[in-house]
Amino acid sequence: MGLIDLFQKTRETSMEMKPQEDDTVKVVKCKGCGAELKAYVYGKNLYVCPHCGRYGRLLARTRIRQIADKDSFEELYANLAPADPINFPGYAEKTAELAEKVGMSDAVKTGVCRIGGVETCIGVMDSHFMMASMGSVVGEKLTRLFEYATEKSLPVVIFTCSGGARMQEGMFSLLQMAKVSAAARRHSDAGLLYITVLTDPTTGGVTASFAMLGDIILAEPRTTIGFAGRRVIEGTIGQTLPDDFQSSEFLLSHGFCDKIVPRNQLRETLETILKLHCGPKAKKWQVRRHG
Amino acid sequence: MANRTASEKMRIIHDTKRPMLSDYIEELFDDFVELHGDRYFADDHAIMAGIGYFNGTPVTVIGHRKGRTIEQNMDANFGMANPEGYRKALRLAHQAEKFHRPVINFVDTSGAYPGAGAEERGQGEAIARCLYEFIELKTPVVSIVTGEGGSGGALALAVADRVLMLENAIYSVVSPRACASILWKDPKREGEAAEALRLTAQDLYEFGMIEGIVPEGQTNAQLIRNVGRALRDQLAELSAEQDIDILLQKRYEKFRKIGVFRQINQEENEGV
Ligand SMILES: [Zn+2]
Repeated sequence: MGLIDLFQKTRETSMEMKPQEDDTVKVVKCKGCGAELKAYVYGKNLYVCPHCGRYGRLLARTRIRQIADKDSFEELYANLAPADPINFPGYAEKTAELAEKVGMSDAVKTGVCRIGGVETCIGVMDSHFMMASMGSVVGEKLTRLFEYATEKSLPVVIFTCSGGARMQEGMFSLLQMAKVSAAARRHSDAGLLYITVLTDPTTGGVTASFAMLGDIILAEPRTTIGFAGRRVIEGTIGQTLPDDFQSSEFLLSHGFCDKIVPRNQLRETLETILKLHCGPKAKKWQVRRHG
Repeated sequence: MANRTASEKMRIIHDTKRPMLSDYIEELFDDFVELHGDRYFADDHAIMAGIGYFNGTPVTVIGHRKGRTIEQNMDANFGMANPEGYRKALRLAHQAEKFHRPVINFVDTSGAYPGAGAEERGQGEAIARCLYEFIELKTPVVSIVTGEGGSGGALALAVADRVLMLENAIYSVVSPRACASILWKDPKREGEAAEALRLTAQDLYEFGMIEGIVPEGQTNAQLIRNVGRALRDQLAELSAEQDIDILLQKRYEKFRKIGVFRQINQEENEGV
């Protein structure tokens, strides 16, 4: 284990995310019910609290470890880091600090992996980096991922979570919505599969762009998904909204998501869907036109 | 005039005497026929759309509608569209594609409506679908931001071959007030946020995000004439391009190139 690895592990444990395999002592507190969980047990349970069922927010690399076939992930575009395009007060310092703390240069990890043996382009947003708001780097990495997938005829799976567009990059952020959606459209026009998995929380400009454009839209249970913020809406209508408003269950019942999948079934659900499209039995129905 | 502060511009564009969509339609389009409804749920009065002649050529016009009186504004929901508004826009954009008409979008909204019903009916999906469809719409599209370009609700009508802005218009990822309250917990610092966000027409032109700034002149009549001239010039240039694939490729590249980032040594970063 190199020094960097060690450092990374320490950081992860400090974020109550990835306990080391031998770490049976360390205890983390569930933010839902307050139960004290052995870090090792919590990790084995995919960061779902065994007492109250609360879903912990995952680091991108933890998610990839849960979903991708072992050792199959190859990261792409890891060398892109945020600039400060409008010289927004405090932004450069903030991103530098987070890069150090989270161990990612920005809020998405992109690459190629296999899921149940199917080669897949994968993008995972990480709420630990500025609530996974979308600026130029997130937009560029996802756009490149779609373009790469289009060129190589591969399916794309994106795990979304986001506070929305990143205000600190001004209009550069807003226009990423159009940029990523455009690349997703070209991928779709090439007849390729795009699956989104909505995770907590998916809001604002990410909801209003590629999160809602999957051929198939999955969601984790009890996830917040919406366009406008709950408090903004409550302010507009002068009423308190029900608890399940903007939950994945709410989206499912209103017809905006295909299926809610518990975390421990995500991997096999993705595998099944990917194989239906790209597996050895995924023959395309050939129709001939006469005349 | 270009040295007005962002806050001054925001006061100017909120003047109710400033031209609004109905004025542009009245002055610039002949035989305008308004068309209603998204065919799924309702007719959203925050979006006005229809067909008419522009300098003798049939076009489709789509825009955010505001009003002068409180009654008109209530009816138009202050220009804040619901999902059915964006779906009406898309329906008519596809109709324009079918009949080979250019599309002209007028953008003037503080944002998509943040209401409970809007969320139930998929505000996010409706806006996303606009981005996804306008980028490949097989007919020329020109958008002009005449007042407020408020976030996703504005962008939904601004995925176009050419995007113009009036001299005092603004176009922003977030309202300065919301920005100040979220980042600095102080909505009173709105003016400071307006400057920091770089949201003026001059800023966006400098960033290469828009193709032109339309001068406003001294009177409303002059302003509308200038808008008419700018739209005419842009459409003339676009109609010179006969190959739709080239048009769409240029539209794609226009959005594709936007973004500023650094390249770092990969080892600063870590894999899984
Ligand atoms: Zn718990």
